[in-house]
Amino acid sequence: MATTTDAGLGERDTTGSPRSRLLGIATLIAVAILGVLAFALTEPDVRIHPETGEEFGQFDAVRMLYVHVPLVIVTYLSYGICAVASIGVLVKRTPWWDVTAHTAAEIGTIFCGLVLVTGSIWGRPVWNTWWEWGDVRLMTTLVLFLMFTGYLALRRITEDPRRQARRAAVVALVAVLDIPLVNRSVEWWENRTLHQRSTLGELKIEDLTLFTLFFGFVTAGLVLAWLFLHRFRVGWLERAAIDHGVAAAIVERQSETSDAEVRRSVGEQPEGPEEGLVP
Amino acid sequence: MIGRISRDAWLVACRDLRIEARSRVVLDQVVPFSVLVLVLFGFALDADNRTLRTFAPGLFWVAVLLSALLAVQRSATLDRSDGTDTALRMSGLSPISLFLGRASAVYVQLVALQVVLVGGLLILYGVDVEDPLLLVVAGLVAGVAVAAAGTLYGALASGLGVRETLLPILLLPVLAPVLIGATRAFDDALGAAAVDGWAWTGLLSLAALILTVVGASTHSALVED
Repeated sequence: MATTTDAGLGERDTTGSPRSRLLGIATLIAVAILGVLAFALTEPDVRIHPETGEEFGQFDAVRMLYVHVPLVIVTYLSYGICAVASIGVLVKRTPWWDVTAHTAAEIGTIFCGLVLVTGSIWGRPVWNTWWEWGDVRLMTTLVLFLMFTGYLALRRITEDPRRQARRAAVVALVAVLDIPLVNRSVEWWENRTLHQRSTLGELKIEDLTLFTLFFGFVTAGLVLAWLFLHRFRVGWLERAAIDHGVAAAIVERQSETSDAEVRRSVGEQPEGPEEGLVP
Repeated sequence: MIGRISRDAWLVACRDLRIEARSRVVLDQVVPFSVLVLVLFGFALDADNRTLRTFAPGLFWVAVLLSALLAVQRSATLDRSDGTDTALRMSGLSPISLFLGRASAVYVQLVALQVVLVGGLLILYGVDVEDPLLLVVAGLVAGVAVAAAGTLYGALASGLGVRETLLPILLLPVLAPVLIGATRAFDDALGAAAVDGWAWTGLLSLAALILTVVGASTHSALVED
C-alpha cells in the first residue's frame, strides 16, 4: 500500500494532516450550525396577498434554498477550477494540473448531483412537480451533470496518464461552455423557465435569513475545501503509485536483460564475450 | 496560412469521402439504420399519424444523432486499423486541417442522411413542410454542429478499447442543446408548434461556430499521441 511519503506528504498512512483535521472539524461544526439555522431557527416564507389577504409564499420549502443555492455556487466554483486546471494540462502538461482538474471535476459532479436532488425536493411543493422538462435552467444543469459524468467515465479508463490527461482536458473545456448557459438561462429564456430571476429581492431576505444564506456559502466552501484537499492527495498518490509501478517494472525488466541481449534486440553486435544472462 | 489549411482540409475531406464512396458503409448501413429508427418510432407510437406528425421534428433529430454516432465512429476508426493515422501525423498536415477535413466529410454524410430522413418524414409520417427555407437552413447549420462535435469526440475516443460505449456517453450530452434547438426550428418549419424557428436557428449557428472553433483549436492535443 502506498503511503503519503510517495507524494512527499510525510510518513503517514492517511491523507489527513493536523491542519486538514482542523478543517474537517470546522466543516462539521459549520454543517451542524447551518442545519440548525436553516431548518429550525429561520422563519418559513409566508407572505400576505395585499388584495385578498391570503397567505402565499414558499412556506417551509424555502429552507431548502439555504442548501441548494450554496451548492450551486460551489458547483460553478469546482467546474471553474476544473476548466482552469484543464487549460493548465494542455499548456503546462504537468501531473499537478491533471490531478487538480480530476479532483475538481469529481467534486463538482457530486455537488451538481446534489443541486439536482435538492432542487427537485424544493420544486415538489413549490412548483408541484419533481421535474419540469420545460425549465431551461434545469435542462442545462442536467446536461452539465451528464457531460461531467462522461468526463469521469473517461477518467476511469486505464491508459497512458499523459494521454488521458489531454483527452479529459478537452472534454472538460467543452463541458464548461454549458455553465454560462446554466447561469444566464433565466435571463435569456425568461418565458421558458420556472426559476425566478432573483430570490433575494422577492423573498425580502434580511437579518437571520440573509445570514443563514451567506453562512451556507461559507459552509459549502469549507466542504469543498476539505473534500478537495483529501481527493487531491488521493489522486496524487494514485499517480505516484502508477509511476512507482512503471519504474519498478523497468528496473525488474532491466535486471532480467543483459547488455548483450539489448544490443542484439536493436540489431547491434554484442561487445566482447557474452555475459551470463539471468534466467 | 488560411489557404493552406483550406487546401489540406479539402484533401482530407476528399480522401475520407472517396473511402466512403468505395466502402459504402454509410450508404449500406448507416442510412438503413436511420430509416429503421424512424420506422421503430412509428411502431412505438402505435402508428398514430397525428402523434407522429406532432413529434416528427424530435424523432427526426433523435434519428439523426443516433445515426451520426455510427458515422462518427466509422470516421474516427478509418485510419487506425492500418496505421494511416501515424502517416497522416508525419505528413505535415496541421491538426486544424485534419479536423476540418474530417468534419467536412462527416458533414456531407450527415446532410445526405438528413435528405433521406426528410423523405422518410414526408412518406412515413405524412408531415407537411410549411417553411422549406427554414427546414434547409436549420438542417445545414445543425449538421455543422453535429459534425464538429462528433469529429472532436470521435478523435478523443479513438484508440480506446471502449470507444463504442464511451463515445455516446461523451457526445450525446454535448449534442443535447443542438437537439433542442434543431427540434424547435423544425417544429416551426413543419408547423408542429408555434415557435420562432429562425431564432433557434440563430442559436444553432452560435453552437456550430463554438463547437467548430473549440474542436479545431483542441484537436492538436488529441492527435499528437
